[in-house]
Amino acid sequence: MEAIYALCVGVLTTCGFFLVLRGRTFTVVMGLTLLSYAVNLFLFASGRLKLDGAAVLGQSAEYSDPLPQALVLTAIVIGFAMTAFVVILAMRSRADQGNDHVDGKIPVQPTKSSASDKRHS
Amino acid sequence: MQHLPIFPILLPMLAAVFMLLPPLSNSITRHRVFAITVMVTLVITSALLLLTSHQQGIQLYVLGGWQPPFGITLVADRLSTLMVLLTSVLGLGALLYACAGDDNEGMFFHPLFMFQIMGVNGAFLTGDIFNLFVFFEVLLIASYALLIHGGGKQKTKVNVHYVILNLVGSSIFLFALGILYGTLGTLNIADMANKVRLLGENEQALVKAGGLLLLVVFGLKSALLPLHFWLPKTYAAASAPVAALFAIMTKVGIYSILRVHTVVFGADAGELANIAIPWLWPLAILTLIMGAIGVLASPGLRLTVANLVIVSVGTLMVAIAMQREAATSAALYYLIHTTLVTGGLFLLADMIMKQRGKAEDRYVIARKMTHAKVLGIAFFIASLTVLGMPPLSGFVGKILILQATEGMLETAWVWPVILLAGLATLIALSRAGTTLFWRTSGESSHNEPLHPLKLIAITLLLSASPLLVIFGGPVTEYTQLAAAQLHDTTQTVDALLPAGDK
Repeated sequence: MEAIYALCVGVLTTCGFFLVLRGRTFTVVMGLTLLSYAVNLFLFASGRLKLDGAAVLGQSAEYSDPLPQALVLTAIVIGFAMTAFVVILAMRSRADQGNDHVDGKIPVQPTKSSASDKRHS
Repeated sequence: MQHLPIFPILLPMLAAVFMLLPPLSNSITRHRVFAITVMVTLVITSALLLLTSHQQGIQLYVLGGWQPPFGITLVADRLSTLMVLLTSVLGLGALLYACAGDDNEGMFFHPLFMFQIMGVNGAFLTGDIFNLFVFFEVLLIASYALLIHGGGKQKTKVNVHYVILNLVGSSIFLFALGILYGTLGTLNIADMANKVRLLGENEQALVKAGGLLLLVVFGLKSALLPLHFWLPKTYAAASAPVAALFAIMTKVGIYSILRVHTVVFGADAGELANIAIPWLWPLAILTLIMGAIGVLASPGLRLTVANLVIVSVGTLMVAIAMQREAATSAALYYLIHTTLVTGGLFLLADMIMKQRGKAEDRYVIARKMTHAKVLGIAFFIASLTVLGMPPLSGFVGKILILQATEGMLETAWVWPVILLAGLATLIALSRAGTTLFWRTSGESSHNEPLHPLKLIAITLLLSASPLLVIFGGPVTEYTQLAAAQLHDTTQTVDALLPAGDK
């Protein structure tokens, strides 16, 4: 279980960082979302992974740490609000700048054909 | 007053909420009166809190009665109360300036301003590192909205960068928290400091990774070298009162580094003692150099001031990297000076910009300003302070920092870099002053009046500088005590935990 879990967090983080480094706001927002998923999973795992652990003390010998769950909940709420904000900001930026590039202008590519331009976008 | 430590957080929060409700919600005049009243109350409360914690020792406020290391705690010691007072005074200055008309350019300026103050105060007062994250988010989301206040292409563009960078920063912060909680099993700063000493060998590497990830996040907030690229353009694009308030934001990062890397990963942390120092030294010096180059290269006054923020961050980081009491004390003195004066300079730059019409704050020949004399005198005083010329506070701050290097090998680095950065600032600001005030063509055509509130705001912030010199004795005494308290783990760690838990 731990290996799969770690792999998931790793893949999500990698994809998240890759997408954040792209030039268009949509992909960046997707990247931020993936990053926050990865973070939430990671935080959850910081209380150790346990199956069938009781959440309340004294109910069973095995109990799961409730604090990471509270932390994850806070992180989810904050992440949700931030994502909503960044989506609106991206739309505002698209309207103000006339394009969806994070720098506000599409960089001129030193390519010969317009076909390669399309591939980059 | 038992409940005093929570007032700097509660007061702005409730004020912001009330301002969103009738009868305050739909009148800008009522907003202004209410906001100024609240800010003045906040300054008084912060001063009271500072006096209380100074005279009666650290105030520990345990929310909900859950004793540490469990539950949420607020810690009002000398350092955090000093920062809270600084925030309130800077906030009052920025607010007065905004009330002269800038708050009417967009909606909800005053509630957002209050939420921002709440976040900053919370970040200073909190005693556990997860709440540090929460208050970071509070101040950030308010700052996202404040930054775009007034609207415009440039603001939207820099806001996109600022928001995305800080969201990535928040993710890294949470990763660091996950690592630290997973290994230490606690998020209370005092308890973390205890647990770090007892770590097994296997976990040390993990905790080190967590601690250094935190350094990355705080470095991003405080604009430490490779992470400073967002700052100049963001601060230059923000409207003046917002930029002035943001002068405290880099200090939140610096405060966090001071708190986490002195208390948790400080000299007593066993194997993990001072893990940040080998990184801080070169980065601090490079930040200083880059800031100086930026100051020289700026084409407009607001960019120059924004780059001065980076210079001050570099100077403060150098002092923190020394990791000794005298240096921390010097850093605190310099921090008070630089925050208030840069805030004042941002406001002044905006006034100069409004007077120059189309030329704005760019260093080009333009028509004469109508009120060149008043603004010129203010600019002259502010420049002298920033440069570190006697008899103003910049001079004292720099001397204290330079003195603190005594007997260290790094003196050979610190002295020339700080002094050369001062020279670069001198060149840049004298060029700025001559171009703005003397290289004029033709008579003034814009008759933009000087609003008295704006002048009061600038006077309030800039008068901090002579006051810091006049009351230099008590202030340095206080910063020394604050630094001593921060470096003394019996006070910052053991006193904050119940006795049986050691």
